[in-house]
Amino acid sequence: MKGALLLAEGLAKAYPLRGGLFARRSQILAVNGVSVSLNKGETLGLVGESGCGKSTLGRLLLGLEKPDAGCVTFDNEVMPSSKAAAWRRLRARMQLVYQDPLGALDARLSVAEQVGEPLVIHGIGGPAKRKARVLALLALVGLSEQHGARLPHELSGGQRQRVVLARALATSPDLLVCDEPISALDVSIQAQVINLFMDIQQKFGVAMIFISHDLRAIRQISQRIAVMYLGRIVEEGITDDILHAPLHPYTRALVSAVPEVRKPRARRTILAGDPPNPADRPDGCEFHPRCPVAMSTCSNLKPLLLGSGSRGRKVACHLAAANASQPLGAH
Amino acid sequence: MAWFALARFARAMITILVVVGFAFIVLRLSGDPALEILSNDAPPEARDAFRSAFGLDQPIWVQFFDYMTRIAAGNLGNSMREGRNALAVVIERIPITLALSVPAFLINVVIGIPAGILAALHRNSLLDRGVMLGAVAGFTIPTFVLGLLLVLVFSVQLGWLPSGGARSWHHAILPVLTLGAGGAAVLARYTRSAMLEVLGQPYIRTAHVKGVPWRLVVYRHALPNAAIPMVTIIGFMLGQLIAGAVLVESVFAWPGVGRLLVASVVSRDLPVVQCVLFLIAVTMVTSNLLVDLLYGLLDPRIRRGGQA
Amino acid sequence: MRELLTIEQLSVAFGETRAVRSIDLQVRKGEAVGIIGESGSGKSVTWLGALGLLPPSVAISGRVLLDDQELLGAPAERLWQIRGKRVAMIVQDAQSAPNPVLTVGRQIIEVLQLHRGMGERAARAEAKRLFDLVRIPDAEQRLKFYPHELSGGQNQRVMIAMALAGRPDLLIADEPTTALDVTVQAQILDLLRDVQRETAMALVLISHDLGVIAEVCSRAYVMYAGRIVESGPVGDLFATPCHPYTRSLLEALPSLDGPLQRMNAVSEGTPGAGLSRHGCAFAPRCADRADLCGRVEPELTADLLGRRVACVRADHARPLEVVA
Repeated sequence: MKGALLLAEGLAKAYPLRGGLFARRSQILAVNGVSVSLNKGETLGLVGESGCGKSTLGRLLLGLEKPDAGCVTFDNEVMPSSKAAAWRRLRARMQLVYQDPLGALDARLSVAEQVGEPLVIHGIGGPAKRKARVLALLALVGLSEQHGARLPHELSGGQRQRVVLARALATSPDLLVCDEPISALDVSIQAQVINLFMDIQQKFGVAMIFISHDLRAIRQISQRIAVMYLGRIVEEGITDDILHAPLHPYTRALVSAVPEVRKPRARRTILAGDPPNPADRPDGCEFHPRCPVAMSTCSNLKPLLLGSGSRGRKVACHLAAANASQPLGAH
Repeated sequence: MAWFALARFARAMITILVVVGFAFIVLRLSGDPALEILSNDAPPEARDAFRSAFGLDQPIWVQFFDYMTRIAAGNLGNSMREGRNALAVVIERIPITLALSVPAFLINVVIGIPAGILAALHRNSLLDRGVMLGAVAGFTIPTFVLGLLLVLVFSVQLGWLPSGGARSWHHAILPVLTLGAGGAAVLARYTRSAMLEVLGQPYIRTAHVKGVPWRLVVYRHALPNAAIPMVTIIGFMLGQLIAGAVLVESVFAWPGVGRLLVASVVSRDLPVVQCVLFLIAVTMVTSNLLVDLLYGLLDPRIRRGGQA
Repeated sequence: MRELLTIEQLSVAFGETRAVRSIDLQVRKGEAVGIIGESGSGKSVTWLGALGLLPPSVAISGRVLLDDQELLGAPAERLWQIRGKRVAMIVQDAQSAPNPVLTVGRQIIEVLQLHRGMGERAARAEAKRLFDLVRIPDAEQRLKFYPHELSGGQNQRVMIAMALAGRPDLLIADEPTTALDVTVQAQILDLLRDVQRETAMALVLISHDLGVIAEVCSRAYVMYAGRIVESGPVGDLFATPCHPYTRSLLEALPSLDGPLQRMNAVSEGTPGAGLSRHGCAFAPRCADRADLCGRVEPELTADLLGRRVACVRADHARPLEVVA
């Protein structure tokens, strides 16, 4: 794929499971063979439930963690190790935005100081230039100079997330990885932060990986969606293709689980059971124990993530593959 | 659970070894017993004979190795002063110390825990303030000061109780009170904060929501949870049954293990000092072991790891 | 339908902070009522106050009537008879709600013994039946589990079973699905809805998620800064919201269908600024604000077709089809 800003192939990451001195060693496969590509200025929504590996994938893509297998290329160069000086230089071009803005900010530094910090770290501009840049950044996220003089606890939740975003944008990055950036906010505040993300996308053409469990928010921001389940991508494609005609039964359940105000009490696909434990993964398709349409193949053969139709749609499901091979597609 | 217990046991053994080894080295470096035990004008030949009799003329690592081999064989050496088996010298003092520390421990528990619970249940009330005032006083006044105060009042002023010695149970009253008051204060404070912590937990609200009467909320839901952190401090107090009385025994001239330790240190009777330290290490480690096992018993999250 | 629970002029104050301000609210027998609000709206405090679950230092006034029985200031012994038996409650964080050192079975049996006078054996059988009812697989075994051995979804089921154990007339569910994954959230909502219908129990569902309310409730109250700003049948309320705050909540909820558009976001305001003594608490954030809004705190209008709203601009904002 030419022109891709970020390209990851066959990423895998396992964590050892702590079990004391004498306990049997085991491990959790958090990410298991994931390939992702992201073009310049594009936003990919990463959806999944807790424990599906979406946050780990985000950290792997930024080079914050070293994958056990596979590799990440950023702007046609292999991602250096997070200890290397080359990675630290690269860090100016890719930033991370967390869920908890209060935890991400230093309680004792003023907002303006924190927004300017990346400029100091990466040695960008002189003092006067930096000051102007900080003001511009604050204005960009809808905060005033007065806000800049405050401490984080003197701001509301939404304002704090704006500060975090301003700081992330300070070095004019090419890539933002946002890990659940709005889930800690009140509903009425979420809308403005989503709008802010949309504006930034349009103004700067920054590429984003937007990690969330909220399909409604993801739809607003992402051009493409990748759905994760137990460390693997089970479906991928253009946002509305996936939301309006999900092929994978898990995606279908996720979409139908979204409570809708406008057309409530519709028939839903309700999955049985809990989100799976990554330490205890089933044979065959990871999803088959909860799948409402599982076939016998599903319990012993792992489905591959295969292309389905045009527009870059991919799905990892035996049933979807079987349906797609028939001349009359369901959709 | 078996692995858990075994691992803890191995760790306990290692701890004892480290303590004993450390004590050995520090004591050897702290002075020459031959100078302390024999009189200053003893002839040099006598000193040399004394040194070789106790192996003090060997290089320190040889002494250490000898010592460890002997401990492994169950022989802790002979007292340099009395010439008898050091362990026997120490063991005959243990009941004397326990006669103080066991009643004192009972006072700790019987007064400290209920006081702490009551204070927590009636937070910010007069009762709470009273208990906390007493606790802070008991906590901050050093044992020997408290001991001397009690002597001043009950022996010197009132003349009701003897100020020192161990001839009858009357003699035990003041030292037991001294020991008991300090421990009760510590325990009351811990109990109170453990209870307050637990009372603020969501599951206590759940119990109220279920309509559980107040009494049962305390007995069934709060106390079993508060017991978990308190086991630590009670275990620590158990570990102090032998070692904790050093000061009080000195103040009241009570001839227990503590006074033996002080006397032996002063006279550089190394085998006895080592023997006492060894015993203290063993009781401490044993009580820690007990605490760990109790944790497992009280807290299902430790007993049964589970998935969450 | 008769009123099961009536709240009149309830106010709750933590010192200077007035968390709930003179609210009126009714729950009828067997009805599912939604309480919508964001953090700090007073939506949870209302119910903790009503059930006597707030510390004595908190100032509470007004009336809370269960049938004709006054709950505010009722003696503790009477509240023990009501809580868990006539009124049950489940909360958001199901993982920390049950007692960690007791088995989940023991905690359900406790309710059965307290409120239904059951013996150990009968209670155990009933606990198993309740576990089956809330769709916990392998109920017999799970009764012996400790909370940490169950997932968040399973623990929420346990809490629901525990709430149902006293056969309550009213279940208050405070954000019961917020801490759960989406697929599990759907399961729990489904369960709550089924249980509510099958047992003819009234349900108060407290949530910030309008979708959740829309799926379960027939009527809803919208709370903002300690006051009820709008109430009505859920369908009408969401189809034609009258209060600008309700409208902003709806607009903040993007849909999965329809054309993608920029959201109509309400500004945030500074924390604390909305709590001035005068005027409408929402005014600083309101796009429809008039001069009057900064000075007069609007009262709830009289009931019109089951709807009430507290906004001076409501007549102007109210769509014609509702009035007609």
